[in-house]
Amino acid sequence: MNGEPLVRWDWLWAHLGPIADRIGQHLYLTAIAVGVGFVISFALAAVSIRRRRLYPPVVVVATALYTIPSFALFAALVAITGLSILTAEIPLVLYTFILFVPNIVAGFDAVPWDVLDAADGMGFTAGQRWWRVELPLALPLVVASLRLATVSTIGLVTVSAILGDRFGGLGYYILDGYHRTFTTEILVGGLLSIGLAVLADLGFVLLQRVLTPWAAARAVSR
Amino acid sequence: MTTPATPTSRAAALEFRGVTKRYGSGEESTGAVNDLSFTVPAGTICVLVGPSGCGKTTSLKMVNRLIEPTGGQILLDGSDVMSEDVTALRRRIGYVIQQVGLFPHLTIGRNVAVVPALMGWTRERQQARTDELLSLVGLEPGRYRNRYPSQLSGGERQRVGVARALAADPPLMLMDEPFAAVDPIVRQRLQDEFLRLQRALAKTILFVTHDVDEAIKMGDLIAVMEEGGRLAQFGPPEEILAHPASDFVARFVGQDRGLKRLSLSTIADLRTEPLGRREGLPTFSPDTTLRDALSILLVADTRGGVALDEAGQPRGLVTVDAIASALADDRPRRAARA
Ligand SMILES: Nc1ncnc2c1ncn2[C@@H]1O[C@H](COP(=O)(O)OP(=O)(O)OP(=O)(O)O)[C@@H](O)[C@H]1O
Ligand SMILES: [Mg+2]
Repeated sequence: MNGEPLVRWDWLWAHLGPIADRIGQHLYLTAIAVGVGFVISFALAAVSIRRRRLYPPVVVVATALYTIPSFALFAALVAITGLSILTAEIPLVLYTFILFVPNIVAGFDAVPWDVLDAADGMGFTAGQRWWRVELPLALPLVVASLRLATVSTIGLVTVSAILGDRFGGLGYYILDGYHRTFTTEILVGGLLSIGLAVLADLGFVLLQRVLTPWAAARAVSR
Repeated sequence: MTTPATPTSRAAALEFRGVTKRYGSGEESTGAVNDLSFTVPAGTICVLVGPSGCGKTTSLKMVNRLIEPTGGQILLDGSDVMSEDVTALRRRIGYVIQQVGLFPHLTIGRNVAVVPALMGWTRERQQARTDELLSLVGLEPGRYRNRYPSQLSGGERQRVGVARALAADPPLMLMDEPFAAVDPIVRQRLQDEFLRLQRALAKTILFVTHDVDEAIKMGDLIAVMEEGGRLAQFGPPEEILAHPASDFVARFVGQDRGLKRLSLSTIADLRTEPLGRREGLPTFSPDTTLRDALSILLVADTRGGVALDEAGQPRGLVTVDAIASALADDRPRRAARA
């Protein structure tokens, strides 16, 4: 490639500010998608737990959504929601369902029945039982699903760069570098995106430790 | 013990009055509990015993309303449990189950203090109570307070289960096969410790087991249930062993009910014969059960053994005949538990 070095460090130093902004945008887009996806998924999981017959269809739909290529979904949504943030977020949110719902349901299913029987027998109200027993015991799988969805979404956010330079987070550099055949930009976008995913992953591992010290105690005693 | 432990203000009388439970409705409804009536005086242990599926758990769970009866009444100190606020009712009834059901995400200390916490006790009061109870069930508070249930043995967990049920000093305890999940040696120790505890606490206890020996050992009163949730016999253990009310009860308590009766009495209860030469004869401490003494005499093949008194002095001669005549005696005293 006409004698260019693989990484143009001068470009990198000159663009530290914009790169930081892109990281911010990347995290912002990720946080909205994971947050909204989590709330909707939690509701879907709650309904599935209470009405078991609804669970299989919910999983089928969530899986079907996940099979739609992101590229196609972003493109198709432009026709409906234009080049708005909705177009960027809707696919990201839809893709989280299959990562959240089965894990949340499994988390609540994993609460031992004898513990619930004991809680009822000792006089927990329904609300107390949910907040003090069911939720804490479901937490390991709930946090695991947050970890999964966050890492996955951080990767997918890059694709939203096709909606223009107001979106995409670090994906902007990947797309721009591709158009200009500028390796430095592609590497910056790609590697930083991977770095964010790794950091998020570690963050959730730590959060898991803090929130469920008892699970660690069990692992040690085995 | 002959006399039931003195009832304290902390124990409640429990009465089943024509209690019935049917699952399902119409054609396919099955009777799990059928017209069950009996009274448990305050401060005594009543054991529900019977074959699997005879409705023991169902009967127990109707007391704290985890299951609603189809008919009849359950009275706690004279008032219908159905008339009370369900949460308040459950908080003043201790509940111990075979699977223990400790909260895996809470430390042992917080597990024990669960009901006090629900009742809004101060942290200090909860902590003091927790330590007191852990000591009571033989777990050193300093060592166990901050552990998680997964870090305890099965027997230790079961003790925590008992401590947790006692936390708010309930006047009634419901125990569903509380010692069934541990091995026989641990079970025996837990039973002995629990009886020792009960002597001091004098709670009213409804205790479920399918093990006749456990029923005889633990119960001041035994309710034998048969298939279909019917009461086959109700009375003190010695009466059930001596006079089974039906073939079912006789079969259920076993061919060896005579021997079982002997295990309810000890050497201290026995009339002895004058002691002659004592060389080579086995000796029996006062708390040896007649069953064990008989076994020892049969194996030793001697004319008798020496009964010792509390001070370890010879009291008289124990013979196989004397033990046999104790069975003829209609109501051997239950000194084993005194
Ligand atoms: N929720 C339920 N629906 C229908 N039938 C039930 C239900 N719970 C219990 N039964 C039936 O009621 C009967 C009594 O059950 P219960 O659990 O009280 O027996 P149990 O005496 O405790 O037996 P075990 O010694 O095996 O624990 C059984 O025949 C059981 O199949
Ligand atoms: Mg049962």
